[in-house]
Amino acid sequence: MSTNSTPETMMGREPSAPMLPRPCTVQRVRQETYDTFTLELAPAAGGAFPFAPGQFNMLYAFGVGEVAISISGDPGRPEKLVHTIRAVGATTKALGHLRRGDTVGVRGPFGSAWPAAAAAGRDLIIIAGGIGLAPLRPVVYHVLRNRQKYGNVVLLYGARTPADLLYTKELEQWRGRFDLDVQVTVDRASASWHGTVGVVTNFIPRARFDPSETVAMICGPEIMMRFAIQEIEEMEVNTDNIYVSMERNMKCAVGFCGHCQFGPAFICKDGPVFSYNSIKTLLNIRGI
Amino acid sequence: METLERILAEHPFFKGMDQRYLELLTGCASNVRFEAGEYIFRAEEEANQFYLIRQGKVALEAFAPERGPIVILTLDQGEVLGWSWLFPPHRWRFDAQAVEFTRAIALDGACLRKKTEDNHDMGYEFMKRFSQLMARALLATRLQLLNVYELNP
Repeated sequence: MSTNSTPETMMGREPSAPMLPRPCTVQRVRQETYDTFTLELAPAAGGAFPFAPGQFNMLYAFGVGEVAISISGDPGRPEKLVHTIRAVGATTKALGHLRRGDTVGVRGPFGSAWPAAAAAGRDLIIIAGGIGLAPLRPVVYHVLRNRQKYGNVVLLYGARTPADLLYTKELEQWRGRFDLDVQVTVDRASASWHGTVGVVTNFIPRARFDPSETVAMICGPEIMMRFAIQEIEEMEVNTDNIYVSMERNMKCAVGFCGHCQFGPAFICKDGPVFSYNSIKTLLNIRGI
Repeated sequence: METLERILAEHPFFKGMDQRYLELLTGCASNVRFEAGEYIFRAEEEANQFYLIRQGKVALEAFAPERGPIVILTLDQGEVLGWSWLFPPHRWRFDAQAVEFTRAIALDGACLRKKTEDNHDMGYEFMKRFSQLMARALLATRLQLLNVYELNP
Protein backbone atom coordinates (compact mmCIF):
# COMPACT_ATOMS: atom_id res chain seq x y z
CA MET A 1 0.00 0.00 0.00
CA SER A 2 1.40 3.38 -0.89
CA THR A 3 0.81 6.75 0.68
CA ASN A 4 -0.48 7.65 -2.76
CA SER A 5 0.61 11.21 -2.32
CA THR A 6 3.12 13.64 -3.57
CA PRO A 7 5.13 15.52 -0.97
CA GLU A 8 2.83 17.80 0.89
CA THR A 9 2.48 21.26 -0.56
CA MET A 10 1.83 24.19 1.66
CA MET A 11 -1.38 25.69 0.39
CA GLY A 12 -1.88 29.05 2.02
CA ARG A 13 1.56 29.14 3.56
CA GLU A 14 3.54 30.58 0.69
CA PRO A 15 4.65 34.13 1.46
CA SER A 16 2.51 36.82 -0.18
CA ALA A 17 5.58 38.82 -1.25
CA PRO A 18 8.11 36.05 -1.86
CA MET A 19 10.99 38.29 -2.91
CA LEU A 20 10.71 40.63 0.07
CA PRO A 21 12.79 39.63 3.12
CA ARG A 22 11.00 39.88 6.43
CA PRO A 23 13.18 41.25 9.24
CA CYS A 24 13.64 38.73 12.03
CA THR A 25 15.50 39.15 15.29
CA VAL A 26 18.03 36.67 16.56
CA GLN A 27 16.75 35.29 19.86
CA ARG A 28 19.43 32.74 20.46
CA VAL A 29 22.56 31.28 18.87
CA ARG A 30 23.60 27.78 19.84
CA GLN A 31 26.84 26.17 18.69
CA GLU A 32 25.99 22.58 17.74
CA THR A 33 29.41 21.42 16.54
CA TYR A 34 32.71 23.08 15.63
CA ASP A 35 31.28 24.24 12.27
CA THR A 36 27.52 24.10 12.75
CA PHE A 37 25.23 26.37 14.74
CA THR A 38 21.52 26.91 15.28
CA LEU A 39 19.83 30.30 15.01
CA GLU A 40 16.53 30.90 16.75
CA LEU A 41 14.70 33.82 15.17
CA ALA A 42 11.45 35.68 15.77
CA PRO A 43 9.69 38.02 13.32
CA ALA A 44 10.69 41.59 14.31
CA ALA A 45 7.09 42.72 13.78
CA GLY A 46 5.83 39.94 16.04
CA GLY A 47 3.49 37.11 15.13
CA ALA A 48 4.19 33.57 14.07
CA PHE A 49 5.96 31.95 11.13
CA PRO A 50 3.98 28.83 10.22
CA PHE A 51 5.77 26.20 8.17
CA ALA A 52 5.59 22.51 7.39
CA PRO A 53 8.34 19.95 8.11
CA GLY A 54 10.82 19.90 5.24
CA GLN A 55 10.35 23.48 4.05
CA PHE A 56 13.15 26.01 3.86
CA ASN A 57 13.72 29.76 4.12
CA MET A 58 16.10 32.11 2.39
CA LEU A 59 18.17 33.79 5.09
CA TYR A 60 19.71 37.12 4.22
CA ALA A 61 22.86 38.24 6.03
CA PHE A 62 22.64 41.93 5.21
CA GLY A 63 25.42 43.14 2.96
CA VAL A 64 26.80 39.64 2.45
CA GLY A 65 24.26 37.43 0.75
CA GLU A 66 21.33 35.10 0.90
CA VAL A 67 21.29 31.36 1.43
CA ALA A 68 18.66 28.61 1.48
CA ILE A 69 18.41 26.94 4.88
CA SER A 70 15.98 24.22 5.97
CA ILE A 71 13.76 24.99 8.90
CA SER A 72 14.77 22.73 11.77
CA GLY A 73 12.37 23.82 14.49
CA ASP A 74 9.06 22.58 15.82
CA PRO A 75 6.15 23.21 13.44
CA GLY A 76 3.90 23.17 16.50
CA ARG A 77 5.72 26.25 17.84
CA PRO A 78 5.68 28.64 14.88
CA GLU A 79 6.60 31.62 17.05
CA LYS A 80 10.17 30.29 17.07
CA LEU A 81 11.87 30.08 13.72
CA VAL A 82 14.83 27.71 13.96
CA HIS A 83 17.59 27.03 11.42
CA THR A 84 20.67 24.88 11.79
CA ILE A 85 23.49 26.08 9.59
CA ARG A 86 26.89 24.69 8.65
CA ALA A 87 29.38 27.52 8.19
CA VAL A 88 30.97 26.75 4.85
CA GLY A 89 30.79 29.94 2.77
CA ALA A 90 30.77 33.72 3.17
CA THR A 91 27.03 34.00 3.89
CA THR A 92 26.77 31.09 6.32
CA LYS A 93 29.89 32.32 8.11
CA ALA A 94 28.34 35.81 8.36
CA LEU A 95 25.17 34.25 9.80
CA GLY A 96 27.42 32.52 12.31
CA HIS A 97 28.66 35.88 13.53
CA LEU A 98 25.16 37.09 14.39
CA ARG A 99 24.35 37.55 18.04
CA ARG A 100 21.18 37.92 20.09
CA GLY A 101 19.31 41.06 19.04
CA ASP A 102 20.81 41.21 15.54
CA THR A 103 18.53 41.25 12.53
CA VAL A 104 18.43 38.84 9.62
CA GLY A 105 16.21 38.96 6.53
CA VAL A 106 13.96 35.95 5.99
CA ARG A 107 12.05 34.96 2.86
CA GLY A 108 9.85 31.93 3.01
CA PRO A 109 8.77 29.35 3.84
CA PHE A 110 9.31 27.72 0.49
CA GLY A 111 9.06 24.31 -1.06
CA SER A 112 7.35 21.00 -0.52
CA ALA A 113 7.11 19.18 2.80
CA TRP A 114 7.60 15.68 4.14
CA PRO A 115 4.31 13.74 3.90
CA ALA A 116 4.00 13.62 7.67
CA ALA A 117 0.18 13.71 7.70
CA ALA A 118 -0.17 11.17 4.87
CA ALA A 119 2.15 8.80 6.76
CA ALA A 120 -0.23 8.59 9.73
CA GLY A 121 -1.30 5.04 10.49
CA ARG A 122 1.94 3.57 9.18
CA ASP A 123 5.42 2.83 10.44
CA LEU A 124 7.93 5.54 9.80
CA ILE A 125 11.63 5.17 9.13
CA ILE A 126 13.55 8.43 9.20
CA ILE A 127 17.14 8.24 7.94
CA ALA A 128 19.43 11.21 8.36
CA GLY A 129 23.06 11.72 7.48
CA GLY A 130 25.16 14.62 8.74
CA ILE A 131 23.34 17.94 8.66
CA GLY A 132 20.46 16.08 6.98
CA LEU A 133 19.01 15.65 10.44
CA ALA A 134 18.11 19.35 10.50
CA PRO A 135 15.32 19.21 7.86
CA LEU A 136 14.04 15.98 9.41
CA ARG A 137 13.89 17.24 12.97
CA PRO A 138 10.53 19.01 12.37
CA VAL A 139 9.10 15.63 11.32
CA VAL A 140 10.27 14.11 14.60
CA TYR A 141 8.63 16.97 16.53
CA HIS A 142 5.44 16.51 14.55
CA VAL A 143 5.41 12.76 15.09
CA LEU A 144 6.08 13.07 18.82
CA ARG A 145 3.26 15.60 19.10
CA ASN A 146 0.95 13.14 17.33
CA ARG A 147 2.60 9.91 18.44
CA GLN A 148 -0.60 7.87 18.71
CA LYS A 149 -1.26 8.35 14.99
CA TYR A 150 1.83 6.40 13.89
CA GLY A 151 3.02 2.83 14.17
CA ASN A 152 6.68 2.06 14.88
CA VAL A 153 8.87 5.10 14.44
CA VAL A 154 12.57 4.59 13.78
CA LEU A 155 15.16 7.35 13.54
CA LEU A 156 18.53 6.31 12.11
CA TYR A 157 21.20 8.98 12.21
CA GLY A 158 24.77 8.86 10.97
CA ALA A 159 27.54 11.42 11.18
CA ARG A 160 31.24 11.51 10.42
CA THR A 161 32.56 11.51 13.99
CA PRO A 162 31.05 11.94 17.48
CA ALA A 163 32.08 15.62 17.30
CA ASP A 164 29.84 16.06 14.24
CA LEU A 165 26.63 14.84 15.87
CA LEU A 166 23.85 17.42 15.99
CA TYR A 167 21.27 17.90 18.74
CA THR A 168 22.99 15.46 21.09
CA LYS A 169 20.87 16.36 24.14
CA GLU A 170 17.67 15.91 22.19
CA LEU A 171 18.90 12.62 20.74
CA GLU A 172 19.55 11.40 24.28
CA GLN A 173 16.02 12.39 25.31
CA TRP A 174 14.50 10.72 22.28
CA ARG A 175 16.51 7.56 22.91
CA GLY A 176 15.06 7.44 26.39
CA ARG A 177 11.51 7.16 25.05
CA PHE A 178 9.81 3.79 24.77
CA ASP A 179 7.87 4.78 21.68
CA LEU A 180 10.77 5.85 19.50
CA ASP A 181 13.67 3.72 18.25
CA VAL A 182 16.67 6.01 17.84
CA GLN A 183 19.94 4.61 16.48
CA VAL A 184 23.00 6.80 16.15
CA THR A 185 26.27 5.89 14.46
CA VAL A 186 29.47 7.55 13.34
CA ASP A 187 31.80 6.61 10.51
CA ARG A 188 34.91 6.89 12.64
CA ALA A 189 35.71 7.20 16.31
CA SER A 190 38.38 6.68 18.91
CA ALA A 191 38.02 4.02 21.60
CA SER A 192 36.59 6.65 23.98
CA TRP A 193 33.33 6.58 21.97
CA HIS A 194 31.02 3.93 23.39
CA GLY A 195 28.38 4.21 20.72
CA THR A 196 28.02 2.55 17.34
CA VAL A 197 30.63 2.85 14.60
CA GLY A 198 29.70 2.10 11.01
CA VAL A 199 27.62 3.55 8.22
CA VAL A 200 24.01 4.50 8.91
CA THR A 201 22.72 2.08 6.28
CA ASN A 202 23.92 -0.84 8.48
CA PHE A 203 20.95 -0.16 10.76
CA ILE A 204 18.31 -0.60 8.09
CA PRO A 205 18.10 -4.43 7.93
CA ARG A 206 17.85 -4.56 11.73
CA ALA A 207 15.31 -1.77 12.19
CA ARG A 208 11.84 -2.77 13.34
CA PHE A 209 9.21 -1.78 10.80
CA ASP A 210 6.66 -3.46 8.62
CA PRO A 211 7.94 -2.95 5.06
CA SER A 212 4.46 -3.21 3.60
CA GLU A 213 3.21 -0.38 5.82
CA THR A 214 6.22 1.90 6.07
CA VAL A 215 6.98 5.39 4.89
CA ALA A 216 10.67 6.25 4.59
CA MET A 217 12.02 9.80 4.77
CA ILE A 218 15.69 10.28 3.94
CA CYS A 219 17.95 13.29 4.00
CA GLY A 220 21.72 13.47 3.74
CA PRO A 221 24.47 13.48 1.15
CA GLU A 222 23.09 12.19 -2.14
CA ILE A 223 25.38 9.17 -2.19
CA MET A 224 24.26 8.17 1.30
CA MET A 225 20.62 8.53 0.27
CA ARG A 226 21.23 6.31 -2.75
CA PHE A 227 22.65 3.49 -0.64
CA ALA A 228 19.93 3.93 1.99
CA ILE A 229 17.28 3.62 -0.73
CA GLN A 230 18.92 0.42 -2.01
CA GLU A 231 18.75 -1.09 1.48
CA ILE A 232 15.15 -0.02 1.93
CA GLU A 233 14.21 -1.45 -1.44
CA GLU A 234 15.87 -4.72 -0.43
CA MET A 235 13.59 -4.74 2.60
CA GLU A 236 10.72 -4.53 0.10
CA VAL A 237 9.37 -1.16 1.13
CA ASN A 238 7.13 0.12 -1.65
CA THR A 239 9.14 2.74 -3.54
CA ASP A 240 6.00 4.91 -3.68
CA ASN A 241 6.53 5.38 0.05
CA ILE A 242 10.13 6.59 -0.07
CA TYR A 243 10.79 10.33 0.13
CA VAL A 244 14.04 12.22 -0.14
CA SER A 245 15.10 15.82 0.32
CA MET A 246 17.33 17.15 -2.43
CA GLU A 247 19.79 19.98 -2.32
CA ARG A 248 21.05 22.32 -5.02
CA ASN A 249 22.24 25.91 -5.06
CA MET A 250 19.10 28.04 -4.71
CA LYS A 251 18.79 31.73 -5.47
CA CYS A 252 15.26 33.02 -6.03
CA ALA A 253 13.46 30.15 -4.24
CA VAL A 254 10.36 30.58 -6.38
CA GLY A 255 11.32 28.86 -9.63
CA PHE A 256 12.27 31.95 -11.66
CA CYS A 257 16.03 31.86 -11.87
CA GLY A 258 16.73 28.22 -12.67
CA HIS A 259 19.76 27.92 -10.39
CA CYS A 260 18.35 24.86 -8.68
CA GLN A 261 17.13 23.08 -11.78
CA PHE A 262 17.14 19.31 -11.38
CA GLY A 263 16.18 17.80 -14.71
CA PRO A 264 12.65 18.99 -15.42
CA ALA A 265 12.13 20.08 -11.80
CA PHE A 266 13.20 23.01 -9.69
CA ILE A 267 14.35 22.00 -6.24
CA CYS A 268 13.02 25.23 -4.70
CA LYS A 269 9.53 24.99 -6.13
CA ASP A 270 8.91 21.28 -6.79
CA GLY A 271 11.10 20.12 -3.88
CA PRO A 272 13.14 20.02 -1.79
CA VAL A 273 11.12 16.96 -0.71
CA PHE A 274 10.40 14.59 -3.58
CA SER A 275 8.88 11.18 -3.76
CA TYR A 276 11.70 8.86 -4.76
CA ASN A 277 9.75 7.53 -7.72
CA SER A 278 9.37 11.01 -9.16
CA ILE A 279 13.14 11.58 -9.37
CA LYS A 280 14.54 8.05 -9.41
CA THR A 281 15.61 8.23 -13.08
CA LEU A 282 17.36 11.56 -12.48
CA LEU A 283 19.45 10.35 -9.55
CA ASN A 284 21.69 8.24 -11.74
CA ILE A 285 22.21 10.82 -14.48
CA ARG A 286 25.55 12.49 -14.07
CA GLY A 287 25.78 16.25 -14.32
CA ILE A 288 22.19 17.01 -13.37
CA MET B 1 13.79 -23.69 27.62
CA GLU B 2 16.01 -22.15 24.94
CA THR B 3 18.19 -24.80 23.37
CA LEU B 4 21.34 -23.92 21.46
CA GLU B 5 19.78 -25.36 18.33
CA ARG B 6 16.78 -23.09 18.68
CA ILE B 7 18.95 -20.05 19.37
CA LEU B 8 20.97 -20.81 16.25
CA ALA B 9 17.83 -21.31 14.18
CA GLU B 10 16.47 -17.95 15.33
CA HIS B 11 19.64 -15.98 14.74
CA PRO B 12 19.42 -13.90 11.53
CA PHE B 13 22.63 -15.47 10.21
CA PHE B 14 21.17 -18.98 10.26
CA LYS B 15 17.59 -18.03 9.44
CA GLY B 16 16.06 -20.54 7.06
CA MET B 17 18.95 -23.01 7.31
CA ASP B 18 18.15 -26.68 6.89
CA GLN B 19 17.34 -28.40 10.17
CA ARG B 20 19.89 -31.17 9.50
CA TYR B 21 22.69 -28.63 9.19
CA LEU B 22 21.57 -26.82 12.32
CA GLU B 23 21.79 -30.09 14.23
CA LEU B 24 25.36 -30.59 12.98
CA LEU B 25 26.30 -27.00 13.80
CA THR B 26 24.91 -27.20 17.32
CA GLY B 27 27.65 -29.70 18.16
CA CYS B 28 30.19 -26.93 17.52
CA ALA B 29 28.34 -24.20 19.48
CA SER B 30 28.58 -22.94 23.04
CA ASN B 31 27.22 -20.03 25.06
CA VAL B 32 29.74 -17.34 25.99
CA ARG B 33 29.59 -13.98 27.79
CA PHE B 34 31.96 -11.05 28.03
CA GLU B 35 32.04 -8.19 30.49
CA ALA B 36 32.26 -4.61 29.25
CA GLY B 37 35.89 -3.84 28.40
CA GLU B 38 36.86 -7.48 28.04
CA TYR B 39 38.76 -8.45 24.89
CA ILE B 40 37.15 -11.30 22.98
CA PHE B 41 40.23 -11.72 20.85
CA ARG B 42 43.31 -9.80 19.87
CA ALA B 43 45.06 -9.35 16.55
CA GLU B 44 47.54 -12.11 15.68
CA GLU B 45 46.01 -14.60 18.08
CA GLU B 46 44.81 -17.86 16.60
CA ALA B 47 41.31 -17.53 15.13
CA ASN B 48 39.38 -20.59 16.15
CA GLN B 49 35.84 -19.31 16.58
CA PHE B 50 33.23 -16.97 15.30
CA TYR B 51 30.47 -15.41 17.36
CA LEU B 52 26.78 -14.79 16.91
CA ILE B 53 26.01 -11.80 19.08
CA ARG B 54 22.82 -12.27 21.07
CA GLN B 55 23.04 -9.21 23.28
CA GLY B 56 25.46 -6.31 23.73
CA LYS B 57 27.93 -4.50 21.54
CA VAL B 58 31.42 -5.39 20.32
CA ALA B 59 34.00 -3.01 18.87
CA LEU B 60 36.40 -4.18 16.21
CA GLU B 61 39.59 -2.23 16.74
CA ALA B 62 43.00 -1.69 15.20
CA PHE B 63 45.79 -0.53 17.45
CA ALA B 64 48.08 2.20 16.16
CA PRO B 65 50.99 2.97 18.50
CA GLU B 66 50.78 6.69 17.78
CA ARG B 67 46.98 6.89 18.12
CA GLY B 68 45.97 4.04 20.40
CA PRO B 69 42.97 1.82 19.62
CA ILE B 70 40.92 2.92 16.60
CA VAL B 71 37.39 1.59 16.36
CA ILE B 72 36.68 0.39 12.84
CA LEU B 73 33.22 -0.95 13.37
CA THR B 74 30.85 -1.98 16.11
CA LEU B 75 28.65 -5.05 15.99
CA ASP B 76 25.34 -5.38 17.77
CA GLN B 77 22.73 -7.94 18.62
CA GLY B 78 21.97 -10.19 15.63
CA GLU B 79 25.32 -9.65 13.97
CA VAL B 80 28.25 -11.98 13.36
CA LEU B 81 31.77 -11.42 14.64
CA GLY B 82 34.80 -12.93 12.90
CA TRP B 83 35.66 -14.78 9.73
CA SER B 84 39.43 -15.19 10.08
CA TRP B 85 38.80 -18.73 11.40
CA LEU B 86 37.61 -19.63 7.91
CA PHE B 87 40.80 -18.91 5.97
CA PRO B 88 44.45 -19.79 6.57
CA PRO B 89 46.50 -18.70 8.44
CA HIS B 90 43.53 -18.63 10.89
CA ARG B 91 44.74 -15.57 12.79
CA TRP B 92 42.72 -12.54 13.86
CA ARG B 93 43.56 -9.34 12.02
CA PHE B 94 41.97 -6.99 14.54
CA ASP B 95 41.12 -6.77 18.23
CA ALA B 96 37.53 -7.31 19.36
CA GLN B 97 36.42 -5.73 22.61
CA ALA B 98 33.05 -5.97 24.32
CA VAL B 99 31.87 -2.35 24.65
CA GLU B 100 29.10 -3.46 27.01
CA PHE B 101 28.11 -6.73 28.61
CA THR B 102 27.79 -9.13 25.69
CA ARG B 103 26.26 -12.57 25.31
CA ALA B 104 27.03 -14.64 22.25
CA ILE B 105 27.10 -18.09 20.78
CA ALA B 106 30.65 -19.14 19.97
CA LEU B 107 31.07 -21.59 17.10
CA ASP B 108 34.23 -23.65 17.08
CA GLY B 109 36.12 -23.02 13.86
CA ALA B 110 38.12 -26.25 13.75
CA CYS B 111 34.94 -28.25 14.34
CA LEU B 112 33.12 -26.32 11.61
CA ARG B 113 35.95 -26.62 9.13
CA LYS B 114 35.89 -30.39 9.54
CA LYS B 115 32.10 -30.67 9.28
CA THR B 116 31.91 -28.47 6.19
CA GLU B 117 34.74 -30.43 4.52
CA ASP B 118 32.84 -33.63 5.25
CA ASN B 119 29.55 -32.20 4.04
CA HIS B 120 30.02 -29.95 1.04
CA ASP B 121 26.32 -29.15 0.73
CA MET B 122 26.40 -27.73 4.22
CA GLY B 123 29.74 -26.07 3.43
CA TYR B 124 28.23 -24.39 0.36
CA GLU B 125 25.28 -23.13 2.38
CA PHE B 126 27.67 -21.86 4.99
CA MET B 127 29.92 -20.14 2.46
CA LYS B 128 26.94 -18.46 0.78
CA ARG B 129 25.99 -16.90 4.10
CA PHE B 130 29.52 -15.79 4.90
CA SER B 131 30.01 -14.42 1.38
CA GLN B 132 26.91 -12.30 1.78
CA LEU B 133 28.17 -11.10 5.14
CA MET B 134 31.55 -10.20 3.66
CA ALA B 135 29.99 -8.47 0.66
CA ARG B 136 27.87 -6.32 2.98
CA ALA B 137 30.91 -5.52 5.10
CA LEU B 138 32.87 -4.56 2.00
CA LEU B 139 30.08 -2.28 0.80
CA ALA B 140 29.83 -0.62 4.21
CA THR B 141 33.61 -0.15 4.34
CA ARG B 142 33.60 1.45 0.90
CA LEU B 143 30.89 3.83 2.06
CA GLN B 144 32.95 4.66 5.14
CA LEU B 145 35.96 5.32 2.93
CA LEU B 146 33.93 7.72 0.81
CA ASN B 147 33.70 10.04 3.80
CA VAL B 148 30.29 11.15 2.55
CA TYR B 149 29.70 13.82 5.19
CA GLU B 150 32.82 15.78 4.34
CA LEU B 151 32.10 18.74 2.05
CA ASN B 152 35.46 18.57 0.28
CA PRO B 153 36.89 15.13 1.05
